[in-house]
Amino acid sequence: MLTLEAVEFETGRFRLAADFAVAAGRRVAVVGPSGAGKSTLLDLVAGFRMPASGRVLWQGRDITHDPPNRRPIAMLFQENNMFPHLDLVRNLGLALRPDGGALRRKELGAVETALTRVGLAGMEDRRPGALSGGQQSRAALARVLLQARPVIALDEPFAALGPALKREMLTLVRDVAQDLGALVLLVSHDPGDARGFAQDTVLVADGTAQPPVETEALFSDPPDALRAYLGT
Amino acid sequence: MASRAVAVSAALAVAGLTLGPVIAVLIRAGGWGVLGPGDLQALRFTLVQALLSAAVSVALAVPVARALARRRFRGRGALVALMGAPFILPVIVAVLGLIAVFGQNGVVNVVLRGVGAPELSIYGLHGVVLAHVFFNLPLAVRLLLQGWLAIPAERFRLAASLGLTPWATLRTLEAPMLLRIAPGAFAVICVICLSSFAVALTLGGGPRATTVELAIYQAVRFDFDLGRAALLSVIQLALALGAGLFALKLGTGGGLGSGLDRMQQRWDGQGALHRAIDAAWIGLAALFLLLPLGMVVLKGLAGLVLLGASTWHAAGNSIAVALASTVLCTLWALPLSTRRGELLGLAGIALSPLVLGTGLFLILRPFVNPLTLALPVTVVVNALVSLPFALRILRPEAEAVRADYARLALALGLTPLAWVRMVLLPRLRRPLGFAAGLTAALSMGDLGVIALFADPDRATLPLQVYRLMGAYRMEAASGAALLLLLLSFAAFWIFDRGGRVNADA
Repeated sequence: MLTLEAVEFETGRFRLAADFAVAAGRRVAVVGPSGAGKSTLLDLVAGFRMPASGRVLWQGRDITHDPPNRRPIAMLFQENNMFPHLDLVRNLGLALRPDGGALRRKELGAVETALTRVGLAGMEDRRPGALSGGQQSRAALARVLLQARPVIALDEPFAALGPALKREMLTLVRDVAQDLGALVLLVSHDPGDARGFAQDTVLVADGTAQPPVETEALFSDPPDALRAYLGT
Repeated sequence: MASRAVAVSAALAVAGLTLGPVIAVLIRAGGWGVLGPGDLQALRFTLVQALLSAAVSVALAVPVARALARRRFRGRGALVALMGAPFILPVIVAVLGLIAVFGQNGVVNVVLRGVGAPELSIYGLHGVVLAHVFFNLPLAVRLLLQGWLAIPAERFRLAASLGLTPWATLRTLEAPMLLRIAPGAFAVICVICLSSFAVALTLGGGPRATTVELAIYQAVRFDFDLGRAALLSVIQLALALGAGLFALKLGTGGGLGSGLDRMQQRWDGQGALHRAIDAAWIGLAALFLLLPLGMVVLKGLAGLVLLGASTWHAAGNSIAVALASTVLCTLWALPLSTRRGELLGLAGIALSPLVLGTGLFLILRPFVNPLTLALPVTVVVNALVSLPFALRILRPEAEAVRADYARLALALGLTPLAWVRMVLLPRLRRPLGFAAGLTAALSMGDLGVIALFADPDRATLPLQVYRLMGAYRMEAASGAALLLLLLSFAAFWIFDRGGRVNADA
């Protein structure tokens, strides 16, 4: 259970409040107009921003003040998910050896298995620049597999991909999350992503991240804020 | 955070090493009474030569930059690159080259004598100005060329479609740009020339051609009047700070910038007369820069065989000093490559090597004989003096790396060491190589603080060249100068190249 307990965040005139919980293993979309605070919500969960008040808890443990890498969260950003000068083995290896040390045989095997799982077998020596956009996303997901955290936070990492490729990636995310039994938080500005992928949806609008609602129920009878966003 | 501690300690070291000497000279400075009439004359000469050098450099740079901006020819890229070379050219080498061209038995005087014209003397005010123009004309050209290339091509297209004459193009497009860029270029060159030491040491001297920097050196080395040296240092500091702040306010591009080899499509000035004038300016500028260097190589080849053990020893010292100050400068520059760090490093630009040297001399003297520390002090001062340039090069790239990858590193929990080793250094290879190359070359060719501290046993190669010149062993001096030239350019090339090889993104 991921709990945001009376979390309030403020910077300048921007405010965001969140007070809800999500069950482990769910697939949750985070939707809302741009600038409403979707990415900020993920940053608060992942530890890149600190709430002014309130607590973030995972399975009842307070993680509000833990640094990002100590949290049970693997995150993919909009861009720069890979170091461009390192080959895939070294990029993925950093998930297992954050001190940059050489990988042991077992760890190397784990990297290869993860790459195979996402369909990149044999590409260990490639650098990200030598991969297509879709392959780069697969490589990043392979690293999420290696990190093996119970929460996966995706901040629109597939926004630059075409529709077909994006659907493919979301399917892969679902498979990866199922392998790990992980909770997925997916930020997207595309309502189609939410409906196709997420069991629950969190609507972020007007300074508030609302508690998750079952996706189909939400979209079949949208509240005013969502209606305004969708333009229906 | 560990990396923060590193940054703070680097900042403290740099601040201490710049403020310490300043405080030392402020405390030790004698009353105004210690200044002789010669010192006031030095102040006057410093100002006059700096203003003259800057004025001549900028005035000559206008037609040269204009010609380079609107002409396309083979070797243009090489010539523009050559304009960057004086930055890493040891002063003493250039001086020897200029003497070979403009000196008593130089090429120019031989010609003048042949036609019965009066001869030139390279010593005194015009020699100092000549050398400063040699170094700063290329800088002025690069700064102005940057301005020219920054004029949008559409403006020139519009001017062409309106059929503007060259004179009208100059007035409507080029003059406003010049009015914006030229004052900054003038001020920057003024600041550089205010701190002139090696040129004044070799081509100036005497009561009528002594800069404040040279007066500091003489007060320490010849009169051993430390109170006066300290007071002169305070004057030099005020001079450089005042002019530096003024220049900063006017602002210019770095002049280290790249992209000057691109070309704009131009339609104006295509008549035969304008082409001939432009060709003449480009030719003269190239000749002015290349002839002295060519003479150094030519005369140096014969002198190379005359190099004695002491010269080779000095060369070894120079290499060691250059490598050490490059390492030190890089160690400072990496953690300080932030906006605040760059401001701190900028302080180093107002502090001339001689002022720093005098301050360190005063600090060290109660504890050790400063002369035994000549080489370490040179290492530290050279690193400090190069730091602003290194930061200028590194900061934008370092900030980009942080902006792009700091979150990813945080998410993965990279250790600080892994961040530096696996992300920062590999991503910064190119600018790091370039900055290290500049630092190594500057340090290799530096003739400043070493002159203040050196005793007969401890010389660097530039000082050795100066000593050979002083002993009228010009052939040996030429040989040593050629060696120094090769070492400086090699140092730059090796580091810069090291940053480029296999440095694919």
